Amino acid sequence: MATITVPPKIRFRDVQVEMAHGAGGKASRRLVEGLFAPLLFEAGASEPLGDAAHLDFNGTRIGITTDSIVVRPLRFPGGSIGELAVNGTVNDLAVSGARAEALVVSFVLEAGLPTPVLEAEVRAMADAARNAGVIIASGDTKVVEHGNADGMYITTAGIGRAIPGLKLSPRSVRPGDQVLLSGPIGDHGITILLARGDLDLESDLRSDTRPVLPFVEALVEVAAPGLRWMRDPTRGGLATSLNELARDCGLGIVLHEDWIPVRDAVRGACELLGLDPLHIANEGQFVAVVAPEFAELALDALQRTSGGEDAAVIGEVRETPAATVLGIAPYGGTRIIDMLVGDPLPRIC
Amino acid sequence: MCLAIPGQILELIPGPPLLALVDVTGVRRKVDLGLLEDENPVPGDWVLIHVGFAMSKISEEGAHQQMQMLRMLGEDAAAMEEVSGYGSAP
Amino acid sequence: MKYVDEFRDPAAISQTAAEIRRIADPHRHYRLMEVCGGHTHAIYRFGLKDLLPDNVELVHGPGCPVCVLPMGRIDDGLAIAAQPNVIFTAFGDMMRVPGANGSPLEHKARGMDVRIVYSPADALKLAESNPEKHVLFFAIGFETTAPSTALTLLRARDKRVHNFSIFCNHVTIIPAIRAILDSPDMRIDAFLGPGHVSTVIGCRPYTWIAANEHKPIAVSGFEPLDLLQSIVMALRQLNAGRAEVENQYQRVVPWDGNHAALRAMAQVFELRPYFEWRGLGFISQSALRIKDEFAEWDAESRFQVPGVRVTDPKAAQCGEVLKGVLKPAQCKLFGKECTPEHPIGALMVSSEGSCAAYFNYEYRKSAELVGIGA
Repeated sequence: MATITVPPKIRFRDVQVEMAHGAGGKASRRLVEGLFAPLLFEAGASEPLGDAAHLDFNGTRIGITTDSIVVRPLRFPGGSIGELAVNGTVNDLAVSGARAEALVVSFVLEAGLPTPVLEAEVRAMADAARNAGVIIASGDTKVVEHGNADGMYITTAGIGRAIPGLKLSPRSVRPGDQVLLSGPIGDHGITILLARGDLDLESDLRSDTRPVLPFVEALVEVAAPGLRWMRDPTRGGLATSLNELARDCGLGIVLHEDWIPVRDAVRGACELLGLDPLHIANEGQFVAVVAPEFAELALDALQRTSGGEDAAVIGEVRETPAATVLGIAPYGGTRIIDMLVGDPLPRIC
Repeated sequence: MCLAIPGQILELIPGPPLLALVDVTGVRRKVDLGLLEDENPVPGDWVLIHVGFAMSKISEEGAHQQMQMLRMLGEDAAAMEEVSGYGSAP
Repeated sequence: MKYVDEFRDPAAISQTAAEIRRIADPHRHYRLMEVCGGHTHAIYRFGLKDLLPDNVELVHGPGCPVCVLPMGRIDDGLAIAAQPNVIFTAFGDMMRVPGANGSPLEHKARGMDVRIVYSPADALKLAESNPEKHVLFFAIGFETTAPSTALTLLRARDKRVHNFSIFCNHVTIIPAIRAILDSPDMRIDAFLGPGHVSTVIGCRPYTWIAANEHKPIAVSGFEPLDLLQSIVMALRQLNAGRAEVENQYQRVVPWDGNHAALRAMAQVFELRPYFEWRGLGFISQSALRIKDEFAEWDAESRFQVPGVRVTDPKAAQCGEVLKGVLKPAQCKLFGKECTPEHPIGALMVSSEGSCAAYFNYEYRKSAELVGIGA
């Protein structure tokens, strides 16, 4: 049994908020764990912080989560801010082991936002909600001065009943467990990067935004007793999610680099810009840790679910290197895969 | 200074300056061919791209020779293994 | 990916690594310096050190244009950009490099118009579409990148774009290699030459390294197979007592260099009499400035540049790490005061800086897997 590395007390000492604090990487962690957690979150929470919380109401376990979507441009190949707002929350609940049933939504709108743009997003949200099987129960709207909010920011909060029989926790993870990925990584983040137009790159890539609940259901059906932990790797990418797990369980996560599915165009963009697909945001993928005796069934179930054809086993959990994610190339070369401090930046060197 | 990636010229975009639409496994960008003006690049050519400029044409022959050299390395190594099997370890 | 995947072929990599282990003389310790920061990054990213025997040591060289840029130059560039209606543009590599008053991204957070560009051509386009602003392009890089800056300046001239200027920090590689070889605490046996710089300057500029300094140099590509093959070439030369320039990266590097690129550079740039290199001090004839006839597009001519000189904290040992005298982990600040999250020196900020590469890809691995302290 690994010694769980208790990270030293993190204090948030930064003088001001920076963009890096929202990027999902180390700076974000410092903000959440150093400032928010000590002041806001349940004192002495026994479980490490996840994206969703499970609360007990007289024997009924309810999952609850919230997500803010800040994206530019608002519309991009494969989706839009409205879709992200719905799917993001549905997915946070799904990977925590809960079925989203209802969302509430909060709009912060920029004065001057053309109505057709707003209407298109509202329609997109309605469609996404229908598609995901959730209702949007209530909402709030605020308008801010022109020049703020990049058009619009959307925040959603969602609730849903926990799926019975799941014991999802980093503490459930054991050496020998297999790491499964639902599909190719990097599609969303690269699509957004290209859609901004600053880099003058074009491709046929589309955001992968979609609800992952069907895949979680498929896993639960065949592998519930062996399902240890799940996460949807959004900002910060797969590297960040797995580093959080490694730190929280104290074990090593070893990834076989050539087993990780990446589309050609994502690879091309990353090579061109000096980015690593492991750090790029996804909006329709999830990673699951599964006990070895269930791994084959689990993979099979994912691959047979529509949209899961590219699911793959990408690695395994080991005793060492403790609390670290390690990448292994097919020829044996290894490298540590770490979280970034802030957003990945294109480089030329 | 060092990130440069191979891409294939899809089409030329007449200038001045002479540009090309280049493909890198499904990602496309206009690339400036000004540094290759002595080399008459054409669609289908592979070029090395750095900061949006084509630095060099990639020589298929050069790549082949290199792989050849590496294959010979492999044969050498295999031959050595065979020999070492007969006598003392290398 | 064509011309990439072949050079990442696992079987070929294993074979080449086996060859290295076969020819490395167990009674010798080989110290090979990869000059280029891109090579340093590739070595760590591909885990190549795992494949080498213990007696083949890779020493990281100073070929990281971000790492050798004195902090004062960043402050100078930001001072220009602080003027009204100026847009500061630079490659992503520059964005987190700390100046005395913060990095470009931190300035952006405080309201400066700072934009990342992939190409100097994109900075020029920005100028064309923002006629009421002035676009400053903060140019960095060795000879790989300088020709693109030169061409962009010529394009600006041809298109009569006047709201565009370049703050030129281009440096040249040969003086850096000379500084390494002249350094008294230096003991390098052979070099892995900078492959992409060589697409511009060719292989001839390295002949003095072989002829006068008797050090082999293999001009290397950036894929795992390229680097390993270059190591084989260097070891073979060392074992045979030879010292020659070999072109491993022949699929892309012309022996005579790229004449069009050299012409563009000669047209636009001239050598500065001297330039300060962070960690290496002042080196003569080592950096480029824009010729007077193009003053229109030279930020140093168009703007008052403070000429700030900022000294690094005494405890930071960037210079020694840059020269390969110290390994990153041997710097007193490494991993404590100086980490990627709060970098003190540019070697920790730049993704190809040896400290950042080591910290991100290797450092915890050594402690965990090998069981010894760093």
